[in-house]
Amino acid sequence: MVEAIFQYEFLQNAFFTGVLIGIVAPLLGVFIVVRRLSLIADALSHVTLAGIAASLLLEKKFISSFLFNPFYMGMAFSVAGSLFIEKLRSVYKHYQELAIPIILSSGIGLSVIFISMADGFNTDLFSYLFGSVSAVSRSDLWTVLFITLGVIVTIFLLYKELFLLSFDEEHAVASGIKAKTVHFIFIILVALVIAASMRIVGILLVSSLMTLPVAASIRIARGFKQTIVFSILFGELSVILGLIFAYYLDLAPGGTIVMLAVLILLLVIIWKKWRRS
Amino acid sequence: MMNEQEIVLKIENLSFRYEKENVLEDINLSVPKGSFLGLVGPNGSGKSTLLKCILGLLKPQTGTIYLFGTPISEFKDWHRIGFVSQKANSFNTGFPATVYEVVASGLTSKLGMFRFLSKKHRQAVIDAIEAVGMKPFINRNIGELSGGQQQRVFIARAIVSHPDLLILDEPTVGVDVHHVQNFYNMLDELNRHLGITLLLVTHDIGTITEKVTHVACLNKHLHFHGKAQEFAQLDSKELSQFYGHHLHVLSHDH
Ligand SMILES: Nc1ncnc2c1ncn2[C@@H]1O[C@H](COP(=O)(O)OP(=O)(O)OP(=O)(O)O)[C@@H](O)[C@H]1O
Ligand SMILES: [Mg+2]
Repeated sequence: MVEAIFQYEFLQNAFFTGVLIGIVAPLLGVFIVVRRLSLIADALSHVTLAGIAASLLLEKKFISSFLFNPFYMGMAFSVAGSLFIEKLRSVYKHYQELAIPIILSSGIGLSVIFISMADGFNTDLFSYLFGSVSAVSRSDLWTVLFITLGVIVTIFLLYKELFLLSFDEEHAVASGIKAKTVHFIFIILVALVIAASMRIVGILLVSSLMTLPVAASIRIARGFKQTIVFSILFGELSVILGLIFAYYLDLAPGGTIVMLAVLILLLVIIWKKWRRS
Repeated sequence: MMNEQEIVLKIENLSFRYEKENVLEDINLSVPKGSFLGLVGPNGSGKSTLLKCILGLLKPQTGTIYLFGTPISEFKDWHRIGFVSQKANSFNTGFPATVYEVVASGLTSKLGMFRFLSKKHRQAVIDAIEAVGMKPFINRNIGELSGGQQQRVFIARAIVSHPDLLILDEPTVGVDVHHVQNFYNMLDELNRHLGITLLLVTHDIGTITEKVTHVACLNKHLHFHGKAQEFAQLDSKELSQFYGHHLHVLSHDH
């Protein structure tokens, strides 16, 4: 693949997009997992799917325009979905997790309607669902790069606040941190990263790239910073190896990447067991 | 401004209810700088609720709270207040953070947005950990500590920012006798030498009268508020009136 990367632009796009996503998805994933919000990523990815389906429908039946690009439409839906989740979480104060299935089913419902209106599946949709090595364009890569930088800078600047908010929300509020604002910014980052990841891992598997590396990392890391470092390491390993396997075996990369993440998780669990005995 | 009579905390006509019934009614209280106030009262008397109002976590339906002379609605210097909550160990015990990281998070609001720990801050974190005797555990994950050890870490987190007012809601629950003694010595030190004002909720009426300067006795209303000596001189009949039932824990000599 190494020589091929220099030859084919589409491989470069896929490879570098993968590398970027391998950083940001686990990075956000750490905060998502420790706050027990793992399902939020799932809910948002299904809303993103609705956006993609809507754009494919518009493209097919009506007009195609830069604004209706599936990537941007997906992102817009994802951000809108994150706002709804926040709204619902404050409506159902004592059942905050209810917001997630509500948004998740709305996302699937809308997607199914849009897909059937557009006369069912096509290969394009398939690549959004499961990822694709060949579907990433140069402009997608730039967008992902832009999102990645934005996410890293924001997390860096809000690290203290996010840490305290994740660890002890009451204490965060009592020390005067604008919990709502920080949380709001965070959830928008999640929405953006989900949209950014879908080209490579696919909508259905985005959330696993955010949670599986973290699940492995938490088993062995000492402290929060180390958890972040290991998560990114594991995420990166799954993405790069996954892309290579996907390319040579002609598989959808979403599957290979996620299965590698599962494999890493298993190895970590076994290693930990073995070391203890 | 730095005179001894500066009022750190002032509460006027405060009433609070979660649902229909008032949990706190018509509370008036003022805490001068440098004092050590023990807040006592039976279970469900509203002690934690009152603290949450003071910390701005709950909004009372009537009345006003002043922190350092500023009405709470306009108060911004939250880093001047340290807080150890009653359920400090209700956090997610699997959380992957070291003792150091948890204590350092106590500096979050003091630092403010977009600021990072300096060398001086790092030393303050280490000092606070040392003060509660947790130095040997500094790089342990918080979930791998016993409940009492965790509690001591949370005390370190509360004092690391050198607050002017330290609020503690039954901080010694689950901490062993030896460390409770150390803990009270530490509070003494903070109170006398650094002039930190303390507000401590406790059920340990026996020891508290020896340590604190003032006592407030809460049971929906504020039944008593005065000097510790005056409180110690109350007879058990008066006390049980405040408590609404008879009290056995008053004296420690059997
Ligand atoms: N979140 C809540 N919603 C409704 N009622 C509550 C809530 N929290 C406390 N209460 C009620 O308010 C009253 C005061 O509770 P609070 O926790 O302030 O008591 P406390 O004095 O701290 O008791 P303890 O000594 O057990 O800690 C109790 O009757 C309690 O049932
Ligand atoms: Mg209480």
